[in-house]
This record gives sequence, structure tokens and C-alpha cells, in this order.
Amino acid sequence: MSIAPSISERTQASEKDYLWTLNFGPQHPATHTTLRIVLKLDGERVVDAIPDIGYLHSGFEKIGEKLDYNQYVTVTDRMNYISPMANNVAWHHAVETLLGIELTPRCKYVRTIVAELARISDHLLCTGAMGLDTGAFTFFLYAFYQREVIYDIFEALCGARFTNSYTRVGGVMHDVTATTVEKIRRFVKTFPATLDDMERLLNRNRIFVDRTKDVGVLTKDDATNRSATGPIARASGVSRDLRKDEPYLAYADLDFQVCCATAGDCFARYYVRMAEMRESLRIVAQAVENIPAGPINVGVDERTTLPPKSQVYQTIEGTITHFELVMLNRGFTVPSEESYAAIEAPNGELGFYLVGDGSNIAYRARCRPPSFIHFALFPDLIRGHTLSDVVAVLGSLNIIAAELDR
Amino acid sequence: MPANSATLATLTARFGSLPTSEFRGQTRVVVARDQLLGVMRLLRDELRFDLLVDVTCVDYLTYRDAANRFGLAYLLASTDTNERLTIRVLLNEPNLTVPSMVGLWKGADWLEREVFDMFGIFFDGHPDLRRILMPEEFTAFPLRKDYPLQGRGERHNFPVLTRNEA
Amino acid sequence: MAIEVPENVVVTKLDELANWCRKNSLWPMPFATACCGIELMATGASRHDLARFGAEVFRFSPRQCDLMIVAGRVVMKMLPVLQRIWQQMHEPKWCISMGACASTGGVFDTYAVVQGIDRFIPVDMYIPGCPPRPEQLIQSIIDLQDKIQREGTVEGKEFETAARQETKRALVELPTYGRKSLVAH
Repeated sequence: MSIAPSISERTQASEKDYLWTLNFGPQHPATHTTLRIVLKLDGERVVDAIPDIGYLHSGFEKIGEKLDYNQYVTVTDRMNYISPMANNVAWHHAVETLLGIELTPRCKYVRTIVAELARISDHLLCTGAMGLDTGAFTFFLYAFYQREVIYDIFEALCGARFTNSYTRVGGVMHDVTATTVEKIRRFVKTFPATLDDMERLLNRNRIFVDRTKDVGVLTKDDATNRSATGPIARASGVSRDLRKDEPYLAYADLDFQVCCATAGDCFARYYVRMAEMRESLRIVAQAVENIPAGPINVGVDERTTLPPKSQVYQTIEGTITHFELVMLNRGFTVPSEESYAAIEAPNGELGFYLVGDGSNIAYRARCRPPSFIHFALFPDLIRGHTLSDVVAVLGSLNIIAAELDR
Repeated sequence: MPANSATLATLTARFGSLPTSEFRGQTRVVVARDQLLGVMRLLRDELRFDLLVDVTCVDYLTYRDAANRFGLAYLLASTDTNERLTIRVLLNEPNLTVPSMVGLWKGADWLEREVFDMFGIFFDGHPDLRRILMPEEFTAFPLRKDYPLQGRGERHNFPVLTRNEA
Repeated sequence: MAIEVPENVVVTKLDELANWCRKNSLWPMPFATACCGIELMATGASRHDLARFGAEVFRFSPRQCDLMIVAGRVVMKMLPVLQRIWQQMHEPKWCISMGACASTGGVFDTYAVVQGIDRFIPVDMYIPGCPPRPEQLIQSIIDLQDKIQREGTVEGKEFETAARQETKRALVELPTYGRKSLVAH
């Protein structure tokens, strides 16, 4: 199998003799894991960039046709592995939409909190990596330290640092305990100071601003026409945020703002992410104080979630539900229909198009990956800029290779 | 939000009655292949569905009571009115060609390439229809139901490097 | 650095010294593909500091490293790249297969994922886990250091490739006039 670049006839025809081809990736420190760009350079200027992806394509969608709705959540963790909780919430949001299940209020608040913590974690890594790629190592270390604090919270909540597989159909794996709530409160108190430090390092840093301002500009109409969503679209002026436009979970009760910018360059994308971290922290601060009491998973009558052991051993409904869910030829009944549901993941609109066929295994589980769609923007953003801008633009797009390739 | 009745009324007025259904707040319209480009142009230009959320395909080979083999789904959304609409096109072998939407939404470029790579649906008018996720020399279409999950041996078809050689 | 030592000389102390030097300055080359790559980065970050164990710099150039840590699943499109990078590394070189996906394919028993890189690359250390905790990665580096201390040699006999063996034999058995090697590399 050759690893020569596959260039289509269209670009071959426009090749001039003095243009130099540089292969960027798939093994490169600045490509966030395995993606590859073949750059055509005129000295330092990028004339064309041809992305070549698929170096991490693992067949996620085909696995979705084999594992059932509760098993597949372990695989969704491995998609956008920077914010796995958001993927779990998105998957089960899609499954519960297909099944028509309404969650308990407590579950909605808990899922909101973990989704927002995942958003903070993702933005920390994205801005941290952007800083690292442009040379700001301290910024990266500050961001990584705070991510370790978030990992501690997730570990106290469900046992795994990331790749949590926390949500289940109709609920979550474990309820929040007082220790976890205490950790979240402490994080809410200490995070703003670090965020201020980080902003002081880069927001008005001459080098960073020069490297990112007016680099990789995406206009508003272009953003929508090319299906960009999330912070990238909001940095170009598209004020679409699914948390406000199509509220899900507990977002309708919470008070927060949607962060937008108009410039559409790398600096705007960085700035929107920093601002979104503050808003996410506000959401977590409100939600953690107002978690409603009550059961965390839906009741046994719905026959979707494993009931707590006390109910299994003491009530007949609990026993029946446990057996129905665990026996091989049983499981929950799913309508033979197709549906799509999306959440506002840190990277953009993450949705799953599910086709149910009556059994508890999806017939088709399609993931709508924001990174895949955003990487298609890359050639047009980088044309005309220099080689050093490639790294800044790539960092600002937050391309996660596992979500790109699935 | 489901597509509001004005949208559906305009569609019906222009293209006759199309099979429409609603499920869990989502509106799905089945469109024939030759009407597709006209419908999409109407939706984008007049009804302001400016965001193409996703292009995907389902292989109904082992689905109960399926009349057609492939179902292509276009998920559209409107950024001003927050409406969503799903347009479905049903295809059968051997004619698996559909007009490409790249002229209307540039975001369809890679999405259609992926549908081609995974299912083998050809998009007429696509500027650069080649494989995107699988290697160039891969011959099968992996997400079709007749392709096994573990593949047909392509994944281990490589030379082995031992300590002696490298 | 390999020293050409005549075959009738035993150099155990020199071996020990060379092994000690090599094990305490293992420069990793992170071949990070997926989620294990994040745990690899976290191991290099300030909380679990890998630099304490000599793995100070994560050089991304295979020419400058001696330890390749394959972190994450390797798919069939990526495998030739992995092999090429392994070939570009100089001896002495070792390989750690980090995580379940690199060791055996992990959760992904699919048409695209190689079920274990040890099918195509020689691997010295396997780390189970999905993803393995940073402490597990540090433990595996310590175990690899023990392995190097136990089994290493100063002239790199354990990395004796067939090509180098042929060159040696050719130089001993036949005279060469004006040619550097009889074996075409």
C-alpha cells in the first residue's frame, strides 16, 4: 500500500514547476494525532492544501450495528476523546429521543453538569494545544493542570478519568455523591483564577495576536454554507447554539449567554472558546447548587434502566425489569423508525441519526461528526497564508482525529 | 423543531404531494430522485434552509419489510427559524446515482464523499468523488450490510517486520 | 552507539555501563493516534512527570529517538506509516505498545483496525488498559528499563539485523577490493 499523496486530476492540472510539495503528517507533533495535509508551497506561501484523512478510521458506525444501546456508549467515548462525557450525553440523548423516554429532573441536571465540565475540558485542551503549537508552553501546562482537576471529578463520579461511559438509557451509571459535589464546588471556586492567568498570558500577547489575527478568516455565509457549527461558526457571527435554540436537558432553566464574535479568524475562535469556558463555569455553578432531589434513573415501569438492587430483591417489578433487560433475547423495545437528535457538543453540533428496527441493537447508528465537517474548511482557510499559519489554523479548528475518521 | 406547515405547503404546491411523516418532532419527506435537485434548490433559496446538517445513507438490505435497498437522508436546518427537515431519497440497485448538492451547500462535499466511500452511492456533478476514509485501493463498500464487520482480510495484508530485518 | 568488540572479549562491566546510560535516557517517540495519546500527554505533563525517568524530551523525529510508544489504535491505512517510522529509527530501539488497541485491537475488532501491532512490528512491552492510567505507563517504562539493564549489550548484539550479520560475514570470509560492502543496502 503506497503512502504517496493521492491528488485528483483537478489539482494536478494547475501544478506549476516551482511549487514545492510538502507532506504534513500523519505523524507530526502539530497535527493533532493522525491527519495528513499535502501542502503545495510557493516558498513560504501555501498555494493549496489537500487534506488526506482516514488514518484513524476504525469502523465506529459498523460497530454501532453490533452493540446494543447501552454497550455502544463505551465506543462513543472514543470518538471525541477530549470530552467523552459530551459524546455519552449526545448518544443517549439520541437514543432516548428514538425511544421517547423522558428523563428525571435530577438526571437532567447531572448530565448538564458533566456535559459542561466536558466542554470546559475540551476548550482547555483546544486553546492549550493552540498555545503549544504557537510556542506558549506555560499556557499549555496551566490548561493541562486544570484538566487533571476535572479528571479527578470524573474519577470520583464514575471511576474513570476519561472514557467514562457514564450515561445509560434512561439515566446514568451512578448517582452523584456528596464528595463529587464538593469537588465540583471547589473547582468552581478555583477555576476562574486560572482562567484569568491564562488570559493574561495570551490575550494581549503580541506574538500570539500577530500569529492569529486575520489568519484563517471564515465569513458568516461561508460558515453556514459549509455546515460549520459550534464555536467556529459562532466566531464568524452565526449565533446558533443548540442549548438556546433547541433546549435539551436542563438548559432551559439555567441562565447563560451565547458567546459570538464577528471576525472569524483564529483569534476570534480562541477568544470565543475562552469566553465559553466562563459561561460553562456559570452553568456548572448554578446547576450544582440546584440539583433536584429524587430518583436519578427512570422508574422500573419504563423497562429501560437497570433498577437498583434493593428494588430487584424486594419488588416483583424490579425483578422482572432486571431480567427483561439482561436476558439475551429480551431488552427494551424500540420503534422501527428513524430519528436524529443532536446536542451542542464542545466542537459543534454532535448528533446521531438512529434507525431502530425493534431490537435493542441499532440498525444504523450514524454519527454527525463536527470535526469532519470543519476539516473540510481547512484548505480554503489556509490558502494564501504562510507555512507557520498552518499550525495556528489547524489548532483553532479543533480537529480530533477520532471524530474526524470514526 | 419540526418544519412548519408553511414550508410543507410550499413544497406540496410546487412538487405535488410527497409522502410526509412526523416522528418525535421531526418531519421527514420522501422525494424521488429526479425531483431532488429542484426540491433542494427551493428549500435553500426560498424557504431559507441554509444549513445542511448531514448527508447519510442507510442500507435496508436486512430490514424487515423494506421496499428499497438504500435510503439517502439529507438533514437540513434553518438558522433563522430553527426548523429542521429530513429529505429522504430511496434508491435501488443498479441505478445508484444521485445529483450532487455541492453546488447548493459546499458542506456537502466531504459528506457525499463519505457516503460514496462507505456505501457506493455515486453523486453526479461532484467535483472530486473519491474515497475519503478508506485507502484508495480498497475495493469494497464497508458499511453495506453484506460486508462483514471484521472485513475480508484486508486489515492484515501487510509485510511483517521482525527484529532481524529492521 | 555500538562498539565493535572482537568476539573473544567479554565486556560485562561495559555492558552494564552502556545499559545504565541507555535506560536512563530513553527518549520516547510518541506515535500517538487516539485516546491513549491523551494519557501519554498527561504522563508528560506536570502531575505525572515522565521526565523524572529520563524521558525528558518527546522528540517527534524518529532519527532522534530510541523508544517508540504506540499509543492508540493503528488502522490499516496507518500501518505502513508506522512501519516506515520504525525502520527510520536507529538501533538501539525499543517499542512499547500502549493500550488495548495497540496491543490486540481493543474494542475495535473491525475491518479497518489492525488487531495488535505486534503482528507487524517487534514489541518489547505491552500495557493493558483503555486507556492505561499514567501510572501504568510509568510502570511500563520502569519495567523496560529493567529489561534493558538485564538484556542489553554495549555493541547492540540484541539488535543484530540480518543485513549487519551478512556484512560481517562477508568481510571475514572474502577480501573486498575498493568496495564498502558486498551487500546492497
